[in-house]
Amino acid sequence: MTTDPMAAIRETFFQECEEQLAALEGGLILMETGAADSETVNAVFRAVHSIKGGAGIFALDALVRFAHVFETSLDQVRAGALAPAPHVLNMLLRAADVLADLVRAARSGKPADEQRIAALVAEFAHLGDAQPPPKKARIMPRWEISFTALPALYAKANETVLLLRELQLLGEMHVSLDASRLPELGMLDPEGAYFTWNITLESACSARDIHDVFEFVTEDCTLEIDESESELEPELQPGSVITGANGFSFEFFAPVETETAAAPETEPAPPIAASIEPSPKPEASVNATIRVDLDRVDRMIDLVGELVINEAMLSQRVLEAGINRASGVAMALEALEHLTREIQDSVMAIRAQPVRSVFQRMPRLVREVAAQTGKQVRLITEGEGTEVDKTVIERIADPLTHMIRNAIDHGLETPEKRLASCKPAEGLVRLSALHRSGRIVLEVADDGGGINRARVRQKAVENGVIAADAALSEDEIDNLIFLPGFSTASTVSDISGRGVGMDVVRQSVAALGGRISIASRPGLGSVFTLSLPLTLAVLDGMVVSTGGHTLIIPLSAIVETLKPKLADIFALDRKINVIRLRGGYVPLVDVAESLGYREHRATPEQAVALLVEGEGGMRAVLIVDAIHGQRQVVIKSLEANYRAVPGIAAATVMGDGRVALILDVDVVIKSASSDGVRQETVKGLYAPAMELIEHG
Amino acid sequence: MSTTVLTVDDSRAMRELLRFALAEAGFRVLQAEDGLHGLEVMASEMPDVIVTDLNMPRLDGFGFIEAVRRDAQYRAMPVLVLTTEMAAEQKNRAREAGATGWIVKPFDPVKLVDAIRRVSA
Repeated sequence: MTTDPMAAIRETFFQECEEQLAALEGGLILMETGAADSETVNAVFRAVHSIKGGAGIFALDALVRFAHVFETSLDQVRAGALAPAPHVLNMLLRAADVLADLVRAARSGKPADEQRIAALVAEFAHLGDAQPPPKKARIMPRWEISFTALPALYAKANETVLLLRELQLLGEMHVSLDASRLPELGMLDPEGAYFTWNITLESACSARDIHDVFEFVTEDCTLEIDESESELEPELQPGSVITGANGFSFEFFAPVETETAAAPETEPAPPIAASIEPSPKPEASVNATIRVDLDRVDRMIDLVGELVINEAMLSQRVLEAGINRASGVAMALEALEHLTREIQDSVMAIRAQPVRSVFQRMPRLVREVAAQTGKQVRLITEGEGTEVDKTVIERIADPLTHMIRNAIDHGLETPEKRLASCKPAEGLVRLSALHRSGRIVLEVADDGGGINRARVRQKAVENGVIAADAALSEDEIDNLIFLPGFSTASTVSDISGRGVGMDVVRQSVAALGGRISIASRPGLGSVFTLSLPLTLAVLDGMVVSTGGHTLIIPLSAIVETLKPKLADIFALDRKINVIRLRGGYVPLVDVAESLGYREHRATPEQAVALLVEGEGGMRAVLIVDAIHGQRQVVIKSLEANYRAVPGIAAATVMGDGRVALILDVDVVIKSASSDGVRQETVKGLYAPAMELIEHG
Repeated sequence: MSTTVLTVDDSRAMRELLRFALAEAGFRVLQAEDGLHGLEVMASEMPDVIVTDLNMPRLDGFGFIEAVRRDAQYRAMPVLVLTTEMAAEQKNRAREAGATGWIVKPFDPVKLVDAIRRVSA
């Protein structure tokens, strides 16, 4: 779902409230100085009135009730019935503060200070004592309601208390309980219903409004509603209840008057205090967002990165100093570690943004490309709210644009061709985003013809990419399209002739630490999957050592650790070993050997093994000398500081100040998998392209 | 602790709409895709109010409400059904099954929240 209009309207309402509150305060201060004219008083009244109106729409009951009481007094001032004496203005100014509090409470969802409100409302009521409102305002339609619950009402989980509470919102209500039918305790059916409530309701509401309250229980109760014009309410002391011109009364705030237990929400108002505490300074206005220069956030992220490293160094020093883990220092350090981690997460969250901004550009692109290619295309987007670091967002727009162009241009068939193969004329392109094991995965799927493998293969042979008799799996053929300068469109179209091939997409994705892969089914369509790290700044990793070097293996890639047995290890040939794992066989990689740290393989049974899984579910078991534990590391680009190294994704600074390399698990797996073996054989034919496949 | 509402509806759009409107009004929202799923959700977390669609796969709204009312721990739990203006017969069947009240589709968020407030403490 995209942004809800209701939420936007609500936000607008609160913004308007802030303006109205400012106008209200300004007007009241003017009145206090005596410089006000009738227009000022009108403006003050309007401000409160419009806050009340808006609050009603959003069912902000507390706000409506208070605004109503406030408005009633202002109306009296406006009509000349109440003189704007200093003590009255003082009270109105305090009421403006309370109103502002209520608005902010409603906006933030926090409760308002009920006591302060009740006290002020009581004061308003007192104000009425001195100058009772005109009598006509007290003549009200009066409703006599008799309500008898039947057992079925309770069986459906309805509650009489809730019904009475809602009825009370309509006006001034008096309830008496008729419990005459209540039997002796021994005769009492616990699921029976024995009470009748006789209710007097003074309200300008309609009979329909009253029926609405009982809507859910009409058939499970006996209900009689009669209207009788009321004179002055005899039991009421004049002025004890503030009554508005529209006939609503607010017993909620009035001194206790209940005759029965049937109005549980009626709270006694505190006694009218002679001195009411000065209102606390109104909070700074609530702002949902602030704009911050991106550089400042980046600087903060850098600093937090340094903080993480420093904290790690400190931990290491403490450990080396032989300080007991249970000591105060070690415990304080642990708390610091948690805190550092939390700060880091919070700072990262500042940069996180939904991919919506990129997704929103795509419908237009789809329309354009569809028009250029004469195809009919429907775009479906999913997961627009998926959040990812801002730097990542900025850099996925281009690859995505190209992937979608590609899906329409090469993936989808023309309407005629689709109809001929019993598909709807309109092709489908689905763009989706989701989080998967610490990465964001973007998919562009089409329901087109899938990759024409025969043509891809032919083209690859023509271009000298592969030998004419090369044995390639379907997957390998599909992935040939990521090679430089590869285009299968038989006619070079305007769309694909822009000098951007899938190879460029792959390169730019790889530069982000991401991967792209394709799955295609002939006649059914293709899915391009793009997976990227959520942030380019930190990584959860496992610290291992092998061949005298410290390495980091990304935690997201590790499935489990194991202790290999010699009997489970089999050699396929001079280079390739596999290990038996729960009935299957997984390639075995000695990391030190694969990175050239040493010539010969470590004795497997003396080593530790990690089962890792890379993109596309490819698995391998990595052999290292030792595992040292888990650590969050700050990623330092190797390309930026040194140069790209195959098999190494990036570097980091460890707690002891040494540099450790972060392993590129996918490259290592690929070099070990059977695909890798086959790639080895074709490598000689087109080495640069294969480099790309291996290291991309 | 805010009121927790379990919404049971097989339409994802409807679930999202409910979630949005309810979260906006300050409710905590649990979601289920049909009656059986609803009972599963309730087994691990007790809502304060249930809002359920009627026409659903596996276990429809009527069966779901009956199952809720049969279970002693859920007997006093308010259940609101989502129904259309036209379906008076559906409304009566839901009432017989033990529904506390109903929300007529299409509803506006204020009405929805009103109905929930009407049946929950």
